[in-house]
Amino acid sequence: MTALTSTHGSAPMRRARRSEHAGPLAFASLPLAFLLLLFLFPVARLMLLSVEGGTFANYERALTDGLYVRVLLGTLEIGLYVSAICLVLGYPVAHFLATASRRWATIGFVFLLLPFWTSLLVRTYAWMVLLGRNGVVNRLLLETGVIREPLPLLYNTAGVLIGMVHVLLPFMVFPIYSIMRRVDGGLLLAAEGLGATPWKIFVRIYLPLTLPGVLAGMTLVFILSIGFYITPALLGGGRVLMIAVLIEKQVREFLDWGFASALSMVLLAAALVVYAAFRRLLRSDLQWS
Amino acid sequence: MLTNSPPASAAAADTDLALDGIVRRFGEVTALAGIDLAVHRGELVTILGPSGSGKTTLLKIIAGFELPDEGVVRLKGEDITFAPPAKRGIGMVFQNYALFPHLTVERNVAFPLEMRSVPRAEIRERVAAVLQLVGLADLSARLPRELSGGQQQRVALARAVVFDPGLLLLDEPFGALDRKLREQMQLEVKRLQRRLGLTALFVTHDQEEALVLSDRIAVMSAGRIEQLGTPEEIYAHPVNWFVADFVGESNLFRGRLAVDDAGRPFALMESGMRINVPQSPFAEGSEVGVLVRPERPRLVAGGQQADNVVRGRVVEVIYVGESVKYRLRIDDAHDLLVRWPFRERGGTLNGGDDVTVGWSVSDVHLVAVP
Repeated sequence: MTALTSTHGSAPMRRARRSEHAGPLAFASLPLAFLLLLFLFPVARLMLLSVEGGTFANYERALTDGLYVRVLLGTLEIGLYVSAICLVLGYPVAHFLATASRRWATIGFVFLLLPFWTSLLVRTYAWMVLLGRNGVVNRLLLETGVIREPLPLLYNTAGVLIGMVHVLLPFMVFPIYSIMRRVDGGLLLAAEGLGATPWKIFVRIYLPLTLPGVLAGMTLVFILSIGFYITPALLGGGRVLMIAVLIEKQVREFLDWGFASALSMVLLAAALVVYAAFRRLLRSDLQWS
Repeated sequence: MLTNSPPASAAAADTDLALDGIVRRFGEVTALAGIDLAVHRGELVTILGPSGSGKTTLLKIIAGFELPDEGVVRLKGEDITFAPPAKRGIGMVFQNYALFPHLTVERNVAFPLEMRSVPRAEIRERVAAVLQLVGLADLSARLPRELSGGQQQRVALARAVVFDPGLLLLDEPFGALDRKLREQMQLEVKRLQRRLGLTALFVTHDQEEALVLSDRIAVMSAGRIEQLGTPEEIYAHPVNWFVADFVGESNLFRGRLAVDDAGRPFALMESGMRINVPQSPFAEGSEVGVLVRPERPRLVAGGQQADNVVRGRVVEVIYVGESVKYRLRIDDAHDLLVRWPFRERGGTLNGGDDVTVGWSVSDVHLVAVP
């Protein structure tokens, strides 16, 4: 013990060190209290609701009933599609923003953030106008002769994916963008000088270096997407069931709070599992940075 | 431009890198105003210049990261002026090493070989050999961030030479190292370059480094090569005021050339001080820069003779380890900097001491005044 204290400084010093954290802690105390009260407390309440009466029957039903299992898996599948599409669309956008001139980057950011200035509901209705059988997209394609029959873009998985990708794309772009900004351009020059083709530079240097951003964006988009409600409800037209839609039904139509909260907990658990998995990937990948 | 070697356009058989009339403009600014340079096989040439002299632009043009507005770059006789960097086969050591942070030492060094589709077994062999050569054989599995600055430097060097490049470019690679390590690495780089018979071009703003490392030095200023020559030539016979001032420590006085009754030339300073100078092509009455390197003046005891004798008072004493520098006030307008090995008698002077120093006319070199 004496050896420990001698290597780690005297007691007053340690106290002084510890008190360095007091300032930031005090600063954060109000928001922390806010989160505790309005997030953790309701979650705990919800958890209790799901096991009310001391029985796990709600969970049994959620995890064995074919319908709910199917919807849960379907939800995860849609989450996967949405994150994959967001990645494919978002990676080049992030690269553009990270490398464009100040002027173009600003313009890009305005376009990226524009959707945030309108409400989710309005945006979703706008997509209904665009994607319907007689919507703008179909009419344009018909009139230009690209298609003969209107494409089924609304009230199906395609519509849900389009709407969700639109909403969630910025959440993919930002983490990737911030990582890309930190990539030392000298490394790319060095790779080029050492004989690498542009494709090799991308695969061997740029992609691995930006992977932490990709993983962070995937995590964020996936977790947000599996909890989506309004977009799948409206653009799916009741034909694309996602777990959040079912939860709402349980509460509003069947007043089954216990089952609704059990479903919520399953969703939360799924999100946490995905988060933990990505964290592991991220950590092993971040070894070098 | 004055040079001590044949012009670059006369591409000799043993010329590896030939620059011919390289011009680069950025808008109104001319960064490079016609650079001619020939680097011979196995030679280490340093581009020495202050920041803004155009040396970095020149390096980028040679590496292919920048294109010249005029002129031709040839490597081993081949015109590579517009070849992409990947096709030039030039090994480059960057200022901050530019090691790939996600790859181990071994993978970093293997990178240029992998890009050239060298067979796997051969890659392993060559990487091992070069790591042995730079003394990093034990650290091949480490990531760059787990290495010290000197070790990172060695990895960068190994990566730049592993594929037998036609030319090795070094862009101020020692800037981030502390002095002792820097000197050690300088000698190591030189040894490696000799041993592998590499043709190397080294860019630095550090004149001391340039003098230590180079076979020849090209002193650059404002987009031109002011002088090209061996370190000895550059140090002892700078062609103009800029080179005399930039390379090495110097006493550089401005005076007007005159001739005494016996026909011996001397320079007369505005303060009235007179310094006897050697015969030179400068005309009587022209303004000249009088260069006396600080190690040239000697202490003169009573009765001893010298071509130039001045009395001065020690106003500053600077210890630099093996030698001592003194700033002597020799008249109202001039200080004379002298540097003597520490163990000599001069090692005991103190501030305020009055001394007499002298030097011969052969210790004086004249340059034109800008």
